[in-house]
Amino acid sequence: MNAIALAAIGLFIFVLGYRFYSKFVAEKIYRLDPNYVTPAHRYKDGVDFVPTNKFVLWGHHFTSVAGAAPILGPAIAVYWGWLPAVLWVVFGTVFAAGVHDFGTLVVSVRNKGQSMGTLANKLVGQRAKILFLFIILILVLMVNAVFAWVIANLFITFPSSVLPVFIQIPLAVWIGHAVYKRNAKMLVPSLVALAVMYLVAVLAAEYQILQIDLVRYMGGEDGAGIFGLGAISSAFFIWIVVLMIYVYIASTLPVWKLLQPRDFINSHQLVVGLGILYLGLLFTNPSITAPITNPDANDVSWFPLLFITIACGAISGFHGLVSSGTSSKQLNKETDARFVGYAGAVGEGVLALISIIAVITLFPNADAFKESYNSFAAASGGGLGNFVLGASQLANGLGIPAEVASTIVSIIVVSFAATTLDTSVRLMRYIISELGTEYKVPALEKTHVATTIAVVSSAALVLIPEGPNGFGSGGYLLWPLFGTSNQLLAGINLLLISIWLKRLGRNYLITLIPMVFLMFMTLYAMISQVFTQWAWWNEQSSTLLFVFGALILGFALWICLTAISTLMSKNQTPLDPNE
Amino acid sequence: MLDHVKKLIAYYEEVLSMPHRQEIARELRNEDDLFLLMLYSEMIGIPNPVYYYTLELYPHMIEKFHDWHLRMGMEKSPLSGIRCC
Repeated sequence: MNAIALAAIGLFIFVLGYRFYSKFVAEKIYRLDPNYVTPAHRYKDGVDFVPTNKFVLWGHHFTSVAGAAPILGPAIAVYWGWLPAVLWVVFGTVFAAGVHDFGTLVVSVRNKGQSMGTLANKLVGQRAKILFLFIILILVLMVNAVFAWVIANLFITFPSSVLPVFIQIPLAVWIGHAVYKRNAKMLVPSLVALAVMYLVAVLAAEYQILQIDLVRYMGGEDGAGIFGLGAISSAFFIWIVVLMIYVYIASTLPVWKLLQPRDFINSHQLVVGLGILYLGLLFTNPSITAPITNPDANDVSWFPLLFITIACGAISGFHGLVSSGTSSKQLNKETDARFVGYAGAVGEGVLALISIIAVITLFPNADAFKESYNSFAAASGGGLGNFVLGASQLANGLGIPAEVASTIVSIIVVSFAATTLDTSVRLMRYIISELGTEYKVPALEKTHVATTIAVVSSAALVLIPEGPNGFGSGGYLLWPLFGTSNQLLAGINLLLISIWLKRLGRNYLITLIPMVFLMFMTLYAMISQVFTQWAWWNEQSSTLLFVFGALILGFALWICLTAISTLMSKNQTPLDPNE
Repeated sequence: MLDHVKKLIAYYEEVLSMPHRQEIARELRNEDDLFLLMLYSEMIGIPNPVYYYTLELYPHMIEKFHDWHLRMGMEKSPLSGIRCC
């Protein structure tokens, strides 16, 4: 099949989903009211609550939710063949992610712009909120550990990307200073920064002296390295230590100094990346060489793991945190929620779709694909590298030389992963502080104590000696839990929306059905993994996975039971939507 | 055509600056809060040797003062001398 046709079909279904399904949901289920006074107007304070144009808010929402995850998940999930991955991305976005992101936005708008955690407290009870915090805590711990490995791995595989990525830091600090202290406009400085980065990338791709290649410095792959670790492991060790020091600083600095200006540069990269990939697709017109379904993929079953592997890109609980955290406080009119929430999810789907296409058009034939994706572990370890190569092949169609293209694509991926990394370290710090407040341990509320706990625990997880992808990949030990806990969060969000809809006396099937589907897949995956794979009585037992898996499973069941009993309870006071 | 491009650039600029604007506003608000607290430190029991002069500022900052005490969770003005609401 032709890749352009596949992309066109996917995009067409996204358009239909937005045009018809989201309209139906907006009018009949969430019943958006153009006259409702949104929190942005009611609590307008010029800081958090600011009425914002819907297109601007969409841009902001989309760049906040799009990161490395919608690239990573699909690039791994094509292991089972491209059709299942495409179907889940397309229909998952239309029927699950759309209503989820849209719904969390609406519920939050109708509840003073409060976040889903606070709403869990209100709709289900205090215990639900604390469990919610614990699940998010484990989730961000995994993200920290895995993304540190992902970045280190890209630095080692594509040494020409190191210098451009590091140059981004002083450039970002400069932009932050120019904008904050001198009130400059930010478009021109951030475009200049991007141009400098890409120029350095072109030079680094051309001249070996500009490539910071630790493995080469230590005498190549067979070199001795440090602490007797071997060259590659030593390189991982050094990069991870550097990254951990970096995230410590990045997550304790005021956000305007480094994080935000870096995000601006990265949002350009998102636009540039999407532009290059879709244009490249049009120009190269590649054919799909990966198999439709992969019958050899039987070491890990697609059912239910496909629905867990592609989390962001189909449905993701993290989006609910953004929707109810910042976007809901800035919604100008309630009717804008459809565009911001639903079309935001569609944007993510578009990214996931091109990620799949980049990978499935990379290989010359199906055998080469099967060789690269010969096991689920190989798919997990090599998925991202395959995306970089596939994407650079598409970019190559626009006349960008292959070496430069792969450097630029790896810079884009590293930048996304780094943003996710320092946001999630920051998030982890906030949660540790909040748990400190909740359990009355005031020491945990201190910035440096909380950050130290966050960074040290992530580093410890990364550096666990026997990671599945070699030294430094300790995060992958927990990675099988990432998808499940993320989907769990999405499921809980959908459940909360259903409870809210029921208490308003409306049809709540629209969120309950995706919720049941998602919870079934997630709990099925978790129970089978925890008890038939990781528990100590099995061959592949893993104490770490078993303990964390069992913990999350316990939390999940607890929240589900509490929430379901709330949903079923007959004597609930009906809510007044205008309250 | 040029107008459209200009509009597009303005839109792009606004998307970019949105979170940044929020952060700057937050920093500014924190600074303002600290300033107000120093001016009206009396009400939390810290003696203010120059209260006589700081009170002179009151007519100029009455609106800001009102916003501030609302944000601090006090429905009515905490200073009996200042009745903004």
